[in-house]
Amino acid sequence: MVNRNPVIAVIGAGIAGLEAARQLSALGYSPVLIEKAPAIGGHVAQWNRLFPDLGPAAELIDTLKKQTAKVSTLLSTEIASINRLKDGFNLVLSNGSSLLCQAVLFATGFQLFNAARKEEYGYGIYDRVITNRDLEAWFNTRQDRRVDHPKAVGFVHCVGSRDVKAGNTQCSKVCCITAIKQAIELKEEFPDAEVYCFYMDLRLFGKKYEDFYIKAQRDCGIHFIRGRVSEVGEAIDGRVVVKAEDTLNGKPVKVTLDLLVLMAGIVCNPDAQHYARQIGVSVDDDGFLKSRDNLAAIVESSRPGVFFAGACTGAKTIPETLAEARSAALAIHHYFNKRS
Amino acid sequence: MDFGFKLSPSSAVNLDTVDHARYDRLVQLEPDALTCIGCGSCSATCTAAPWSGMSVRKVILGLQRGRDEEVDRMLSRCMLCGKCTMVCPRGINTRHLILTLCRLDRKGEVVR
Repeated sequence: MVNRNPVIAVIGAGIAGLEAARQLSALGYSPVLIEKAPAIGGHVAQWNRLFPDLGPAAELIDTLKKQTAKVSTLLSTEIASINRLKDGFNLVLSNGSSLLCQAVLFATGFQLFNAARKEEYGYGIYDRVITNRDLEAWFNTRQDRRVDHPKAVGFVHCVGSRDVKAGNTQCSKVCCITAIKQAIELKEEFPDAEVYCFYMDLRLFGKKYEDFYIKAQRDCGIHFIRGRVSEVGEAIDGRVVVKAEDTLNGKPVKVTLDLLVLMAGIVCNPDAQHYARQIGVSVDDDGFLKSRDNLAAIVESSRPGVFFAGACTGAKTIPETLAEARSAALAIHHYFNKRS
Repeated sequence: MDFGFKLSPSSAVNLDTVDHARYDRLVQLEPDALTCIGCGSCSATCTAAPWSGMSVRKVILGLQRGRDEEVDRMLSRCMLCGKCTMVCPRGINTRHLILTLCRLDRKGEVVR
């Protein structure tokens, strides 16, 4: 007999947590979603349109929200501590209650790299420097005085990614396609603007990503410069001067811009590391949570009863995250089947 | 004999004949050189580059392609200000790498 009563704590109500909770409910379990923010949806809920089809992010979140309407969800709730029991886990919550559960699913997601840490790029120092998140918010609200009919725009790839000094040597994987998506969207908004993308390597691996690249080149006339921006300064009129090497040409290049967008990379959510350490779950040397096996068991930790879904184990696209959430739900199902 | 024309030497890199001794010695002494991704941050930030053509990226690549003359010309123009070290995303101590390389002859022997 399958034990249908175990409690499963799902930490984080972003797309990974929501999808996993939906699947667990469908399998007959009663997951509990714990979310520290006052609303569900995580990062994706803050975004405007999603690659590759440019569908609205709100649509995906609304669908997930409807599908998980019956799932017990604790909003604005943080986890004060977790400890391991003989046959499960005890979570002490910020609302003063505690939750006994038989399995924990980390759906804790990622954090965007704090672009202000790369001081040479001037985020928080110069007025015309914004991040990918700021631009996505502008697409949603159209309210940001820094985005004011720019005639020249630059995108800096790999901000805080592949960067030993920033403590994050990983490729954040989705910024290349995000930069191209945002560059196309900006170009459509301001057709007179010249748009430059400064990249080290373009990694357009996903379905239809290469089509975006071709569209950016052929239809939008976006300039791609193979060189990492080394420094940004402010001109006397408040515009920003960007310096890089055009490595394909072998010459230094300089351009004055009205707007510079930093593609802040993906780093692990420090909360996840904190919880993981409390219950003896390993953190990998890239800072993300360590799977039992990076090929065959990416959604499993090496600790029985602890599972992962989504960006807590590394940068992921949305379809990858949703697939992992389903996979994690199934792994949890098998875990309880085997025990009963 | 004058044929009225002459042949220019090929500028192509022939990897069959490139001597790696100096590069091999460099990576022994400065293993970080192996991690260069050729992003160009060093050249972009170099205060001497716009006039001298100095580029750490091109130095590291040039050594692997047998471009010793170009490498030596670039090295002779470095002012050792160390700005390139500050911007390298892979954390290579480029200034130290340049100093090490200046001590090696074309066969990779330490001469200074």
